[in-house]
Amino acid sequence: MTANGWFQILLFLALILAVTKPLGVFMARVFNRERTFLDVLVRPLERLLYRITGVDENHDMAWTEYAFCMLLFSAVSMLLLYGILRLQQVLPWNPQRLAAVAPGLAFNTAASFTTNTNWQNYSGESAMSYLTQMAGLAYHNFTSAAVGIALAIAFIRGIARREKETIGNFWVDMTRATLWVLLPMCIVGALLLVSQGVVQNLRPYDTAKLVEPQQVQKTGADGKPMVSAEGKPVMDNATDQTIAQGPVASQEVIKELGTNGGGFFNANSAHPFENPTPFSNYLEMIFIFAIPAGLTYTLGRMTGSARHGWAVWAAMAFLFFCGVTAAYWAEAKGNPLLAGVDQRVSATQPGGNMEGKEVRFGIANSALFATVTTDASCGAVNGFHDSFTPLGGMVPLVNIILSEVVFGGVGAGLYGVLIYVVLAVFIAGLMVGRTPEYLGKKIEAYDVKMAMLVTLVFPLVILTFTAISSVEGFGTSSITNPGPHGFTQVLYAFVSQAGNNGSAFGGLNGNTPWYNTSGAITMLVGRFFMVLPMLAIAGNLAKNKYVPPSLGTFPVTTPLFSVLLVGVIVIVGALTFFPALSLGPILEHLMMTAGKTF
Amino acid sequence: MKKNLLISVWMTIATTILLGIVYPLVVTGLAQVLFKDKANGQLIAQNGRIVGSRIIGQAFTGPTYFHSRPSGAGNGYDAANSSASNLGPTNMSLIDRVKASVATEGGGSAGPVPVDLVTMSGSGLDPHISPAAAEFQVGRVARERGVSGDDLRRLVLSHTEGRQLGFLGEARVNVLELNLELDERFPLRRQAKAD
Repeated sequence: MTANGWFQILLFLALILAVTKPLGVFMARVFNRERTFLDVLVRPLERLLYRITGVDENHDMAWTEYAFCMLLFSAVSMLLLYGILRLQQVLPWNPQRLAAVAPGLAFNTAASFTTNTNWQNYSGESAMSYLTQMAGLAYHNFTSAAVGIALAIAFIRGIARREKETIGNFWVDMTRATLWVLLPMCIVGALLLVSQGVVQNLRPYDTAKLVEPQQVQKTGADGKPMVSAEGKPVMDNATDQTIAQGPVASQEVIKELGTNGGGFFNANSAHPFENPTPFSNYLEMIFIFAIPAGLTYTLGRMTGSARHGWAVWAAMAFLFFCGVTAAYWAEAKGNPLLAGVDQRVSATQPGGNMEGKEVRFGIANSALFATVTTDASCGAVNGFHDSFTPLGGMVPLVNIILSEVVFGGVGAGLYGVLIYVVLAVFIAGLMVGRTPEYLGKKIEAYDVKMAMLVTLVFPLVILTFTAISSVEGFGTSSITNPGPHGFTQVLYAFVSQAGNNGSAFGGLNGNTPWYNTSGAITMLVGRFFMVLPMLAIAGNLAKNKYVPPSLGTFPVTTPLFSVLLVGVIVIVGALTFFPALSLGPILEHLMMTAGKTF
Repeated sequence: MKKNLLISVWMTIATTILLGIVYPLVVTGLAQVLFKDKANGQLIAQNGRIVGSRIIGQAFTGPTYFHSRPSGAGNGYDAANSSASNLGPTNMSLIDRVKASVATEGGGSAGPVPVDLVTMSGSGLDPHISPAAAEFQVGRVARERGVSGDDLRRLVLSHTEGRQLGFLGEARVNVLELNLELDERFPLRRQAKAD
């Protein structure tokens, strides 16, 4: 670890702190339908959209109608994506003439992008046409993020409103999230990324003459390296390099800003065309945290308690700092099993565990990116988690296990943490023997039951599928790293999909009937079984009367509250998953320090 | 119910046109006007032929060139198949592969090899090596090309980028650009003849 590394990490947190309030205020104004500086440009577009689609913007919805519209829109847009994937060979903007996506993979991918997960069982550059990337995948990066923001705003309204049956209009919230928040930031952000070298074109792939032709092993028709009848590798003289192109920047920016994470290319944000410089890397990390951080302030502002928003922010920042410290420490130490290798950090080399990492990012920015992308439910990667050290790789895993509430996904992070807030307030209420209250609302048995439903469905789906995949042949045959690391690959896959994260221990071969299907189910459950109970709580809270705070009310604006919130998040997450973690990364770490390989 | 179903259909169509077609095309247009070279991948042309991209690595394995990092992309630096190795830290395949790379790079006799030179990058297309990894190879390339180490070091230095803005990321050497200039400034005898 270096002073410069720490400086970059601390500066990053300071920048997130700096954008929280301006963005939070802006979003509060957008969703309260107050005036903003963008109205001149965007309001006519909004009106036009409502006229075309038939939305009545003055209609307010009960939580049930709100949820129904959200499900309908998700279903219709998911169907469209499935159609595009299956028909891309006859659609335009397919210069490489890529074939239709197979049904199982298309189902998995459609579920993945609709749920804001962006789990990818394919390589973008060899499977998806430019049209699919733009109108199919990047499109869902926008809408799944806008839906997430809308849901978070609906929950905040539930807390803020008194004796009301309604929590807002889904269509209006989603449209405003898109037109006021996501789209303007994307246009500016995309151009910033292009200025760093992220490509943005519709040209066919280029072919370059290699400076030094290489002897390489031929690839057979089955995609595996070819061997002759005698078992010798079949060699080929490679003289060309095919360079994949595409409309990358426009997708890259919403991939981070909407905490989606699905790479245009297989290598995601490690690819030089997605993330060419340390500055583009820093920008991408700021994009990931910007909206989730801002939403904590929106929460404070819309509920009339800015200090509560900051108390939630502080709890998140603390958990972020713990994660990045552990990851940076573990990765900078390197891999003790490598012999004859200089892993020391110096002025002329990054050192540490460089397998799966890029030289321009080094250790500090790779550990930071891995922490950020899993604190939020982004899932973009600039270094490959499968090759992290056991403890370094456990940090992203644990971050997702904690339900990605450390700033979290756009919207999903906020309503996720509010579930924990309800539990924290409930536990505090139990300790002093009073009916728990939250910002003037009584927390009732109904609310706590719904919150528990959310926290129980998550481990249930993960642990069930992980257990089946760890013992059955159709599950274990996809594992590519032996020993405890192989178990971690499977656990990470289901944790990531249930958490709608989308990052992976990428070695696991996910493009099989079993993983495509179980994964799609996991992602759909992880999104919608979390959202429905959450909206039910919002609807119930909106109906409740305001109860003025009294001496016995547990204040949610103090450092004590932040500490309690951190405690609840860690205890619920850690206790549920500790046995699984000890079989995977913890065991592997102990074996590694004992010098054992597999 | 029926009203909301109709809205969701129309909303999907309208937003797909706006966000899926108009937005990326507008960004493409702006990018092509404002940053033409960067938007198209910073391709390097020599004698009318594309020889690579400034920011996509290429394999260099011969003794006369500065080597790039090992690559997991396709069968090595396949820029239409970006990929990491995804080998875990305790996987014997990783340990053995690194051991073989250390031997190829002449580790042992020349001391421990800088770690980035014997590990695969995340993209498999890393255009860079660390300054330490370049320095490690100066002796070999100087010997093979019959030039002085100091001349070579100056060349390496001219292709070394420091941290961006002075503090972001890591110092790095662009391997393709370095080797291209190597061929230009200190050509091998057979290359000189061919010209």
